[in-house]
Amino acid sequence: MELLIFYPIAALAVVLALFVVFNKSPIGSAVSLIGLMLCLAGVFIGLSAHFVAILQVIIYAGAIMVLFMFVIMLLNLKDDDNVIWKSREGNTLLTVLTGFLVLGILYKIISITLSADSSKPAKIMESFGTTAEVGKSLFTTYVLPFEVASILLLVAMVGALVLAKTKID
Amino acid sequence: MIDSVIDFLAPYTFLIVGAVKAVIIAIGLLSSVPLLVWLERRLMGRFQVRLGPNRVGPFGLGQPFADSLKLLFKESIVQNSADKFLFYLAPAVVVFTAIVTFSLIPFGKPFEIFDQKIGMWVANVNVGILFVFAISSMGIYGIVLAGLSSNNKYSLMGGLRSSAQMISYELTLGLAALGVIMITGSLNLQEIVDAQKTVPNILLQPLAFVLFYIAGVAETNRAPFDLPEAEQELVAGFHTEYSGMKFAMFFMGEYINMITMSALITLLFLGGWHSYIIPVPDLLFIGPLLVFSVKVFILLCILIWLRSTFPRIRYDRLMTFGWKILVPLAMLNLMVTSVFIVIF
Amino acid sequence: MIPAPIVDLVSLSPVIVLSLFAMGVLILDLFIGKDKTVLVFLSLLGLFLAAVSSLAKGTGPIYSFSNSYVVDTFSIFLTFVFAISSALAIMLSVSYNKEQGIKIGEYYSIILFCTVGMIVLASSADLIMIFLGIEIVSISLYILAGIRRTEKRSNEAALKYFLLGAFASGFLLYGMALVYGATGTTHLKDIASVLASSEFKTSPILLMGVVLLVVGFGFKVASVPFHMWAPDVYQGSATPVTAFMSVGPKAAVFAAFFRIFVEGIPNISDYWDTILCIVAVITMFVGNLGAIIQDNMKRLLAYSSISHAGYILVALIAKNSLGMSSLLFYMLAYAFMSFGAFAIIIILDKQNGDNLEVKDYAGLGFKHPVIAVCMSIFLLSLGGLPPFAGFVGKFYIFSAAVKEGYITLVVLGVLNSAISFYYYLRVIVYMYMKEPEGDYQVQPSLAPFSLLVIGIAVFGTIELGIFPGPVISWTMN
Repeated sequence: MELLIFYPIAALAVVLALFVVFNKSPIGSAVSLIGLMLCLAGVFIGLSAHFVAILQVIIYAGAIMVLFMFVIMLLNLKDDDNVIWKSREGNTLLTVLTGFLVLGILYKIISITLSADSSKPAKIMESFGTTAEVGKSLFTTYVLPFEVASILLLVAMVGALVLAKTKID
Repeated sequence: MIDSVIDFLAPYTFLIVGAVKAVIIAIGLLSSVPLLVWLERRLMGRFQVRLGPNRVGPFGLGQPFADSLKLLFKESIVQNSADKFLFYLAPAVVVFTAIVTFSLIPFGKPFEIFDQKIGMWVANVNVGILFVFAISSMGIYGIVLAGLSSNNKYSLMGGLRSSAQMISYELTLGLAALGVIMITGSLNLQEIVDAQKTVPNILLQPLAFVLFYIAGVAETNRAPFDLPEAEQELVAGFHTEYSGMKFAMFFMGEYINMITMSALITLLFLGGWHSYIIPVPDLLFIGPLLVFSVKVFILLCILIWLRSTFPRIRYDRLMTFGWKILVPLAMLNLMVTSVFIVIF
Repeated sequence: MIPAPIVDLVSLSPVIVLSLFAMGVLILDLFIGKDKTVLVFLSLLGLFLAAVSSLAKGTGPIYSFSNSYVVDTFSIFLTFVFAISSALAIMLSVSYNKEQGIKIGEYYSIILFCTVGMIVLASSADLIMIFLGIEIVSISLYILAGIRRTEKRSNEAALKYFLLGAFASGFLLYGMALVYGATGTTHLKDIASVLASSEFKTSPILLMGVVLLVVGFGFKVASVPFHMWAPDVYQGSATPVTAFMSVGPKAAVFAAFFRIFVEGIPNISDYWDTILCIVAVITMFVGNLGAIIQDNMKRLLAYSSISHAGYILVALIAKNSLGMSSLLFYMLAYAFMSFGAFAIIIILDKQNGDNLEVKDYAGLGFKHPVIAVCMSIFLLSLGGLPPFAGFVGKFYIFSAAVKEGYITLVVLGVLNSAISFYYYLRVIVYMYMKEPEGDYQVQPSLAPFSLLVIGIAVFGTIELGIFPGPVISWTMN
């Protein structure tokens, strides 16, 4: 039953991910990315992490992707037909090598995934993935990472302002 | 024969009940849109000391149906420069998200009929209110995509404005709702209503109510926050290039969102289907539903009233208002609420 | 009701103190107008207090915050190294920023925040905390690299560093996720105890995770083959920032590297030490050979810094207590030598920054003998000549590796030290034995803070070289 839901969503996610890469227009890529985020939220629900799924939709599909759209609109990006991507002279060998390396890694990942023992899935608590449970662990076990993350966000915010502010004093 | 059919269907009852409910609500919702349009035009007429539509049918009730028919049969124009796929996708996204959002709204107490406990909602999700926010944030894309795919500068400006506006006011909306969530201790909309059996949240969270209402008006792109479609500056904003049924879909989306927002405010702040001053008997599901509908109706009238009273706010003021007044106030409200919760 | 978390604020005091000071600097900046000197003093005070407050818990390993934060000699010593390096960077920036027209007051607060990240990194015993620490440090560095906003090279440096760094963070996070998936915990102690039973040791997911961790950390410490960004970023950034990022953040990332590999997954070292040996050797070779062909001083020191990452990796591979103490000692020694060398580059730097070529140093030995002597001390120490700190540091690292039987590695390391003398001596040869082309033009700008930095650096380099005893016995604890 769960696999019946999982496989279509996962397949759709892969297809959309390919669209993100191969789409010519930036808008198309962005729309595919939104779809991809929604599919990921679906996968999270399948893993009974409902709260994370909702956050995935609100934060990634909702907030961040709107900003993507915003940038696309402000820059008025059109299809990149005129841009021709060329690799630098002498980099062809390196590119080919890297390609083989990536293929090798992908092969390794697939073989690892296939060899993994999935016959006995881990047991999860009844309340797993609920908002209350996530909140509880955030404020007890993971209170330090939670607070340190706020410093990280502060730095990022200050940095964005410092680098993007039009006038400095 | 009938028994065997019933036996066969028994394990799937929840599916059948769910499907029936979904169909009823979708049809009810879609058919209430023309009525709401009629209500708005009649009320606007009153506010502006004129009659409003009154020629087609009694009280002009036939007017919305005439309009819908006209829109249905109009030629649907897609200009050459448009991005076809996204151009068609945009209105669909708007209506889809609007209806899905409403499906999460409970509008009455659960009742029992034929040994079946039937809830007055399509879906009762544990993280209901978050889900509402999540889906309604998807609704922005309808407008953004319409603006982008039309390849028209007015549309683009409209899309740009609306995305900025909705991001800004979503924050206030969420923060104001957090106050209610904190005093209830649940994200489930039904539990939030149950917690207001004696006192509606509007008395406990008056500031949050005001903030939520203002942000809600902005979220639904209604006047005085209807900048995405400001006629004087942007022709018709994001839907400048749309005509026929696709245009009507944007319209439908907006009015469904109005209903959803009013329903949400009723649930969060006005005690949902609880009536406080006049006792109302249950009568299966009619009593609570009636109370709920009356509250939503009043809120809708206030929305229309706002539209005919306030002039459109300027864009920079809209942003200043959102970020520098509403968000700090919402945070203040949150802090005061949490202090109160810790003390009591 | 949610149980109140167990909070150990005393363990956390350096982080808290420094964060408060950083925010204070950020806010004060709004009110003080154009002269930012107050911010400098406030930042230095904050660093001093943070260093002092790190001693509050004594030296024994004390775990807090459900085993995700640890205070031990390792973290306390490194907190001191970070405080010293950040203080030196701030002092170097004072006159440099004035000359280069960097008026941003947030500069100091970002350095402080970066230091907070470094302390978090050195003291965390949990994968999540390590990742957060690395991100704080990296994001601060992206900003600092682009702080000369009008300069093309600075923008290039920031963008390059950001794109590649974000990618590396992705690798790191993926690696951590796989290690978590294989062991079921993010606490390093628990990971170690899970891996003590042989059952999980060969789990391919775990090994994949370890490889990705090597990639991620390899990028963050600029080890070959993930070093491409270093020369460009070092050259493009403001010189004090370059000095800063070659010392403190690198030490912090090495600390986390050390904690994960030596405290978390030592039981599977059979699998990773070969990889790290190869990385260390090619890092040393590429760093040293790359430095030989450089004419720009900043690029030269960038390659030299890459090669030093190779030496420090040797200490990590040794994974014994001597390795740990030699790593700590080397970090401190490297802080002094590196800051000294960069300080001299800064005071010789002209406003438009074209005194950065090696040939610009020709004749310096006769015109400004004191500066030339100091520069020679730093360079010889970087190369590892006996009376200076660099020698002692290398000596301890190599002896730690010999103790564990990595003879080939040590031989290659010593060989590399010899190679490195070529380009360090080249600068000295220019200073003392070459005539400047045309008229001698270099005018050192002798700001008091910069001179103070050079003084401290000379003192540190010589002191650690001649009397390494006290510091080493502290690190041995």
